[in-house]
Amino acid sequence: MTPSARSARKGGLENEDLQDESRLERFYMAEDTKDGTAPGNPGSAPPESAAPASRPATPPPPAASAPAASTASPTPAPAAAPPAPAAPAAKPSAPAAASPAPSAPPAPIAKPAAPAAAKPATAPAAAAADLTRRGFFSWAAVAWVGFTAAIGGCTVAMGRFMFPNVLFEPPTLFKANRPEDYPAGVVDTRLVDEHGVWIVHDGGKIFALIAICTHLGCPPAWLAAQNKFKCPCHGSGYYKSGVNFEGPTPRPLERAKISVSPDDGRIVVDKGQKFQWELGQWDDPNSFIPG
Amino acid sequence: MLGKLNKSITKSQVWKSIFRVGIPTDNRKRALAMLGNVVLHLHPIKVKKSGIRMSYTWCMGGTAFFLFLVETITGLLLMFYYRPTVDFAYVDIVDLREAAAFGIMRELHRWGAHAMVIAVWLHMFRVFMTGSYKPPREFNWNVGVILLVLTLLLSFTGYLLPWDQLAIWAITVGSNMARATPMLGNEGPGAAFLKLGGQRLIHAGSDARFALIGGRTIGGATLIRFYVLHCVGIPLAAAFLIAVHFWRVRKDGGISGPV
Repeated sequence: MTPSARSARKGGLENEDLQDESRLERFYMAEDTKDGTAPGNPGSAPPESAAPASRPATPPPPAASAPAASTASPTPAPAAAPPAPAAPAAKPSAPAAASPAPSAPPAPIAKPAAPAAAKPATAPAAAAADLTRRGFFSWAAVAWVGFTAAIGGCTVAMGRFMFPNVLFEPPTLFKANRPEDYPAGVVDTRLVDEHGVWIVHDGGKIFALIAICTHLGCPPAWLAAQNKFKCPCHGSGYYKSGVNFEGPTPRPLERAKISVSPDDGRIVVDKGQKFQWELGQWDDPNSFIPG
Repeated sequence: MLGKLNKSITKSQVWKSIFRVGIPTDNRKRALAMLGNVVLHLHPIKVKKSGIRMSYTWCMGGTAFFLFLVETITGLLLMFYYRPTVDFAYVDIVDLREAAAFGIMRELHRWGAHAMVIAVWLHMFRVFMTGSYKPPREFNWNVGVILLVLTLLLSFTGYLLPWDQLAIWAITVGSNMARATPMLGNEGPGAAFLKLGGQRLIHAGSDARFALIGGRTIGGATLIRFYVLHCVGIPLAAAFLIAVHFWRVRKDGGISGPV
């Protein structure tokens, strides 16, 4: 039982303040490492005190740290030596700033240090001896670029996976009957269930009205008794021509491209091309067949 | 005799490997018992008195989490009966009501979903009205906003699964909003400028809505997509963010109280 843990047990638990929890965690940690290595004191964190001992065995990346720099290279200023368990982040910059030598950019300082530390070391270090600091970083860069590219590629692939290549939907290009099968004034509803299109003969034109409400996309129904299209969702109503006259819809129904097949004289409807009244497209010759 | 038996149990390795701290007779042991247990440690060792004051918290966050658990359990049970295909979806829903034991299970899931949406909104309202979104809790507010969106998406994806007329046309209307996604929806702002060789890159067969519903109209592909999102994708994301949400509450000093 360490002193800090003991104090937490004694006083801390009766306290209502917000630091309760962190204090508890601290002594909980102390409880776990009772064998003595870490006293759980915020002043000296365990990983740092343990680090210098293990460092000489692993040469390349942190080679510029305490043991290698102080023994092998003559350049570093004494400022770097004394605080052994200090943060490693401060190390590379400290010698560079303190050394009076004219040719002392950060990299050369580290370079001689690394092999010097590696040579007297044992087998695992020898294997990586020809790996310089700069070389290591170029490999790390390659690895990171490769890793990022792989992750990016996988992300794109997963995105692409969500776009199906084959649709089990009725084709958007299909045939109706011959124009003479649609007498003036008729609204033909035979295609609407499968293809979502009415063939209408109105005002001297045969055209294909797309059965999607221009309000929010519900399917209007043809009410022959009331001579109008009516949408069940929100009550939009359209004349036989497709022009809206009631309900919340902002614009008329859309018409699909329509033509007569030269092969058999039947009407061909292509829902891939749409004609909108508000854009003046209903005068387009592709939007109707003169009837 | 009993004492001997009791002793042989409580001294056994099995017992001691589970109950490591022993009988929590003092505050320290109580705290250690909480911290050493993966389930119990989810709850703080101590809460402020104001943290359990219903008039202040409304307990809406806890209610929302409770309902999330209810939805998880009832939803898991429903998955044993429901088949997300055009042929079976609707009849399986009817079967769940008419033929399965406890026909209430599906209703529990449905009403629980409605209640969860309401609870999440009320939780947000409470947090807003008590100013609990202010630093240091601003990060957690954003996590909460994402959780709100996930809750609504769970509700939305679950809406389609009964596969009746209401479901199909509601999702038709709802998914039409995806057409207006900036750049990614075929009617959205900016999409018309994405062209390659005069051909639009974003059209009805390649936009965000297409990827969402797996086609140009609501169909079997949409049903299986929403099913997977509803049962796996969104719950996983929500569970992860709920964990972050709770952890953040602790790190920001516990449940906010009156100043």
